Amino acid sequence: MGWTALELTRIHETVIWDYRLSRALVAVFCGAGLAVSGAIMQSMLRNPLAEPYVLGISAGASTGAVSIVILGLGAGAVSLSAGAFAGAFAAFFFVALLSNGTRGGADRTILAGVAASQLFNAATSYVVTTAGNAQQARDVMFWLLGSFGGVRWPEFALVSIVVGFGLTICLLYARVLDAFAFGDEAAASLGVHVGRARLALFALTAMMTATIVSMVGAIGFVGLVVPHAARFLVGPLHVRLLPASAITGAIFMVLADIASRVLIPQQVLPIGVVTALVGVPFFSFILYRYQRAS
Amino acid sequence: MSIRADNLVWRIGSKTVIDGISFAAQPGKMLGLLGPNGSGKTSLLRLLAGLRRPQSGQITLDGKDIRHIGRRPIAQRVAFIEQHATTNSNLQVLDVVKLERFPHRSMFSGWSPADDAAVRDALERTGMAAKRHDRWQSLSGGEKQRTQLARALAQSPKELILDEPTNHLDVHHQISLMRLVSSLPVTSIIALHDLNHAAMFCDRLIVLQAGKVVASGVPEEVLTQDLVRDVFNVDARVETSPHHPRPHIYFAR
Repeated sequence: MGWTALELTRIHETVIWDYRLSRALVAVFCGAGLAVSGAIMQSMLRNPLAEPYVLGISAGASTGAVSIVILGLGAGAVSLSAGAFAGAFAAFFFVALLSNGTRGGADRTILAGVAASQLFNAATSYVVTTAGNAQQARDVMFWLLGSFGGVRWPEFALVSIVVGFGLTICLLYARVLDAFAFGDEAAASLGVHVGRARLALFALTAMMTATIVSMVGAIGFVGLVVPHAARFLVGPLHVRLLPASAITGAIFMVLADIASRVLIPQQVLPIGVVTALVGVPFFSFILYRYQRAS
Repeated sequence: MSIRADNLVWRIGSKTVIDGISFAAQPGKMLGLLGPNGSGKTSLLRLLAGLRRPQSGQITLDGKDIRHIGRRPIAQRVAFIEQHATTNSNLQVLDVVKLERFPHRSMFSGWSPADDAAVRDALERTGMAAKRHDRWQSLSGGEKQRTQLARALAQSPKELILDEPTNHLDVHHQISLMRLVSSLPVTSIIALHDLNHAAMFCDRLIVLQAGKVVASGVPEEVLTQDLVRDVFNVDARVETSPHHPRPHIYFAR
């Protein structure tokens, strides 16, 4: 009759164990990390349209990546991922500086993030259009839209440690995040060290996001859409919202990765395309409701 | 002595917002803070709650400088509700009030019977118990205001600092809020615009003008025709009310 475990060939075994399983597990942690980072950004910045890249991290990562791929910085000794990570943190520090460290309010932080994104995106475009050839430009474009193509067990080890650590600490901050519901002043009058909490939470989300972006590219919309879906399911209290975001994000990302492989036969879609195809209609819905509410 | 301020000065840039204010709040009494718009009421309340540091002068809680008390110990005894506090997250009334137990809980401690009692008591006193499962965004202005007071009460404060808490309330809820606050066994400092409410309910009053204290004392001494004209720029007659022993202000048409 046929399909028993015995008939799995060595090739199938290798494909499942070395490629598919590691890839799915990386997708789990990337989805969870991006969704939780998005939930935290939305709460800290008190803005339903905030997402993990709002502090310029994806723009910085892309500048770092093109500096390696096209300009050849680091003379081959530095990997694309390392360059992207450095770029992401450069953008984060730029935003921190511009928004007056931890003392700047939510609006000021968002504006600083917009400025940083513009600056780093312009730098990326400048490098791609002046120095890159067509193939390099295509490679960078593909990387920016995100792909789980290159990930194996070493990537899993890194992302599981970083995101696992980040999620644990963020969960400890669940009540502090709730205390921010009525703004910074209200949190301060409840005894929260506002500056310290902002610094810790921004740094944690930046660390998770930068690790994910440098590994699999700037996958959009997961960090924006999933927290809203989770809030819809379990309500706004962070003790429930953060785990719900992590689980929903993980499931969404694995499904999106599968869809990106099977949607068009013989061709892999960039995962950012798949998440955006689902994300944009949802985003429009949130935007529409937000406008009506305010 | 409960909260005491000594010679507070606070500037924003070159503008002196609080200009040498000193006073002492009596334990368990209700202290009304009056003054025209921009006279420094909100700034003074923020300094008292420890949210801003004065450039000079000091604030003491039971004789101890608040600079030497940690954020959390202050939050365990001083509750401060801002004038325009709002949230865009759609929390239930019960959850909003529960948030205020934050200073009394450590990072890992569970929800205790004391927390539960404080929250239930706060909801009942403010008449929000029946609406405890309503969402914040669905509340009326007055219900939001009463939930704000419930937040403050749930913090189990010894000192209650309120910035114009009767805003948005209808006259029934204004009076019942003032009655409630004056009956609480806490020291309250409350910024108000309604001079008659201040006269009726407050034990003592402080009047601010341009960041300075221009009058302080019991309502009978403070609320005079001259003061109302000089500070608030309105003509009024001040008489002892025939219905209660406090002054009543009749504004000229």
